[in-house]
Amino acid sequence: MENGTIEQLQKKATLLRRDIVEMITAAASGHPGGSLSAVDLITALYFKLLRHKPSDPEWADRDRFILSKGHGAPALYAALARTGYFPVEALKTLRKLGSPLQGHPEKGKLAGVEASTGSLGQGVSIGAGMALAGRLDRKDYRVYVLMGDGEANEGQVWEAAMFAAHYKIDHLTVILDCNRQQLDGWTTEILDIEPLADKWRAFGWHVIDFDGHDFGQILNAFDEAQRTVGKPTLLLARTTKGKGVSFMENNLEFHGVAPTTDQLQASLKELDR
Amino acid sequence: MNANPSEMKSAVQREKKLGLATRDAYGQVLVELGKADPRIVAVDADLSKSTKSGLFGKAFPDRFFNCGIAEANMVSVAAGLASCGKIPFASSFASFLLCKSFDQLRMSVANPSLNVKIVGSHGGISLGEDGASQQSVEDFALACALPKFTVLSPADEISCRALVRLAAEHVGPVYIRTGRPKAPIIYTGSEHFQLGRANKIAAGEDVTIIANGLLVWEALVASDICRERGISVAVLDLHTLKPIDEAAVIAAAEETGAIVTAEEHLLSGGVASRVAQVVAEHHPVPMASIGIADTYAESGTPTELMEKYGLTAKQIVQAVESVLKRKK
Repeated sequence: MENGTIEQLQKKATLLRRDIVEMITAAASGHPGGSLSAVDLITALYFKLLRHKPSDPEWADRDRFILSKGHGAPALYAALARTGYFPVEALKTLRKLGSPLQGHPEKGKLAGVEASTGSLGQGVSIGAGMALAGRLDRKDYRVYVLMGDGEANEGQVWEAAMFAAHYKIDHLTVILDCNRQQLDGWTTEILDIEPLADKWRAFGWHVIDFDGHDFGQILNAFDEAQRTVGKPTLLLARTTKGKGVSFMENNLEFHGVAPTTDQLQASLKELDR
Repeated sequence: MNANPSEMKSAVQREKKLGLATRDAYGQVLVELGKADPRIVAVDADLSKSTKSGLFGKAFPDRFFNCGIAEANMVSVAAGLASCGKIPFASSFASFLLCKSFDQLRMSVANPSLNVKIVGSHGGISLGEDGASQQSVEDFALACALPKFTVLSPADEISCRALVRLAAEHVGPVYIRTGRPKAPIIYTGSEHFQLGRANKIAAGEDVTIIANGLLVWEALVASDICRERGISVAVLDLHTLKPIDEAAVIAAAEETGAIVTAEEHLLSGGVASRVAQVVAEHHPVPMASIGIADTYAESGTPTELMEKYGLTAKQIVQAVESVLKRKK
């Protein structure tokens, strides 16, 4: 969908949200909160920005997307299914024995998954390596990495931040899904990582701070990232954990717990409005 | 060979010709590989002068990325390079590479089975004076624990060149341990090397010594001493720890009925453990093992350390004699 309007993207995002709550309920385990907070960003990427060919997942010139916050896998899987990487029916097999839809994404198991993630902190480094390979091959593909704000606790993230800025990897864009919660509580209480924008700027990145649920702002931010030369860009997306389902929003209970069937029905009813 | 026994070389007189350190051989062959294949790239963690990947960096500055003192990032960057068709060689000290970035080796590299070559220099305790923090005594155990990884330990500069070339041709993750001190020359250059196939470098009937790295030379010296004492000893260079050459280990157990292992590594998780698993499952025979007991070492000259921690021909001979007493 080359010319996805904001209205069309919103519809897609709602579709993905439905997929997410349905597949996590079917799996009876998973991470709804962090999947829902990332959906609008992933929707903008898969339905508007990424140069990719779902029918040819290994296309050498494709843009790469790495879900560094691997527990948000349902959002990625929904996007991959809805863009045609595999049948939507397969979403029901999430976390089931023999399914390519592993609890956390694994490269090699499912077409479209670019890196094995779930041990937090590694995605930015992998993305930097991919972008360097593209530079060596004189290809102009871009690499996008979506990470969590809690994930910024990991030291490797800052090793990678130094590295990407040092090598001026401007084809690398990191999207930080800043939903302000991690498993044990609010990020400010567990291990405060703010001021995030200042930190990334100090590491030599171009930083754009915006509302991660507003498609106008999302598209503008991606556009600015693409125009940024000589340094990598950090998209600091302010999001809400559990976004779209009122009783999940900012509710820590839904970090890593599946909805019941009743909660699923309530979620779908809300999303249909 | 001189017919007069009194003029024959005694064991201690076996001509010890020092060659390059395996790290130097690695650096040289990496440059050659880089000339032949533009997919070869290298990353290092601010130790490129010591690991010798700096030679590659000088020859191909655009294909060399110094990651600074950040091993975890380096390993994941290598994974990203490999997933886009490059053949990255990631070098640092063995202790830092395996211990600091084990999770990155596990998830970024081993899980998707990416074509990354991990080269840990200053392996073992023979790097000497820098002490325990720099000495890797558990790198084989960690590398062998990674699914899909091939694990290599060359004994001299000649085997190092051959094995690094084979590692570059092999599609999949590889760990190679190199060493700091000059290594005694074992091979002539005419031998055949194959990943996963141990090299039989001395024939014998009473016991087989299975060794890797610097201990291969000590095993040869030990075999000479044993021969003077009337014990016929075979020596196997287990340069590939994983996948282990099961056929060669089983044949050694069947043909000589006793095995001694020797390695510059903890007794747990390296040659002794891996050989014992094969022997116990397929052809149980008495075994004795030379290696580092459950401890970290310390500062000292390489020679002093190898002696203090029992990694010399003398200890191997004692192990041979003890294992023969248990042989039926």
